[in-house]
Amino acid sequence: MTLYEILPQLYQKFSGQIPEASEFRGEYTCTVPATLIKTVCSYLKESFAFDLLLDLSGVDNYGQEPRFSVDYLLYSISHKIHLRLICLLPEENPEIDSVTSVWATANWHEREAWDMYGIRFLDHPNLKRILMWEGYPYHPLRKDFPLAGLPADLPDTAVDAGKVNESPMHGGPFITSTGSPHSHAREPRQHHTLAELIIKQKKSQKTEQD
Amino acid sequence: MSQIIQTGFDPKVEGRDIIVTRLDAAIDWVRANSCWPMPMGLACCAIELMATGASRFDISRFGAEVMRFSPRQADLMIVAGTCVYKMSGVVKRVWDQMTNPKWCIAMGACASTGGMYRSYAVVQGIDQFLPVDVYISGCPPRPEALLEGFMALQRRIAQDKSLSDLGTNQPKPLNSGLAPSPIIINGE
Repeated sequence: MTLYEILPQLYQKFSGQIPEASEFRGEYTCTVPATLIKTVCSYLKESFAFDLLLDLSGVDNYGQEPRFSVDYLLYSISHKIHLRLICLLPEENPEIDSVTSVWATANWHEREAWDMYGIRFLDHPNLKRILMWEGYPYHPLRKDFPLAGLPADLPDTAVDAGKVNESPMHGGPFITSTGSPHSHAREPRQHHTLAELIIKQKKSQKTEQD
Repeated sequence: MSQIIQTGFDPKVEGRDIIVTRLDAAIDWVRANSCWPMPMGLACCAIELMATGASRFDISRFGAEVMRFSPRQADLMIVAGTCVYKMSGVVKRVWDQMTNPKWCIAMGACASTGGMYRSYAVVQGIDQFLPVDVYISGCPPRPEALLEGFMALQRRIAQDKSLSDLGTNQPKPLNSGLAPSPIIINGE
């Protein structure tokens, strides 16, 4: 069985609710309405043996609306077929059904997406943070969260009397120029900003031409 | 070391079985040469720590080959790797479970300062919650650098006033180490 046989059946089953899959270099991506995700997933698993959930991840498309999305990477071991499902979620109160009842492996992946992006998975058996500690007030992989972090409470430890502080950035984050043949020019701390880097590169090109 | 342990052999006083020395020097000699490390391996530095323990670099030449995974039996915590905030509570608890006297080595850039991880998740140096005696730079440091740091710590232990400290159970203050300044080893 191939994806060319599976996709028309999928469209037919959900009669017009799923737009046609987009293709990029042989990878197929279906955008699925968030309300349908659980039924689509269990249909794909039961009818076409998509028995492996390779990955489930949150994505923050900051500046776009809808802002968040959840990506599901499915694989059928018997048919050797990959398929990607995407659900778009709004910035306000991003919620989606959990697929832990379809694939048990989704449990920790959904906890990670909740921890890092604040996407809430309904009917999840144990929706707790998985990487950050319980009680951490932010979702740090959101694009509007600063890399250095924000002050927060850290119970049960002795770090600065139970406080987390912003990391000192010392002018960073630093940018390296990967294309340059000289290691000196590739050194990230040579340039504090991308603009500075471009100006330096242009100057060195000029001197080479002279 | 020879400057600190002066036995001053005198055949009139000391026979075949007696050596006269200060108790301080004897205790320090024992402590410095039988440090049992608690391997707090948190990231890639732990691989170098293992290499230091193995036969090529052989930390047992300095009496520290007995890696103890029980904090009750260890006197030297080697924090090897990146310590995230979530882990810091565990590291602190293990440190508190170690009995006095105890010492701490911050192995590598991450344990010393947070290293390249200027981020929300990483403690910017374990000296925020542990009294570090020796900092070793490098990413990761060579095993030789760890040995150099350990030997520097041995020299410092050998200067301890261990006799007057016996019975006291004062926790070391943070960011000060044992003596006026912590030891910093260039491990790069």
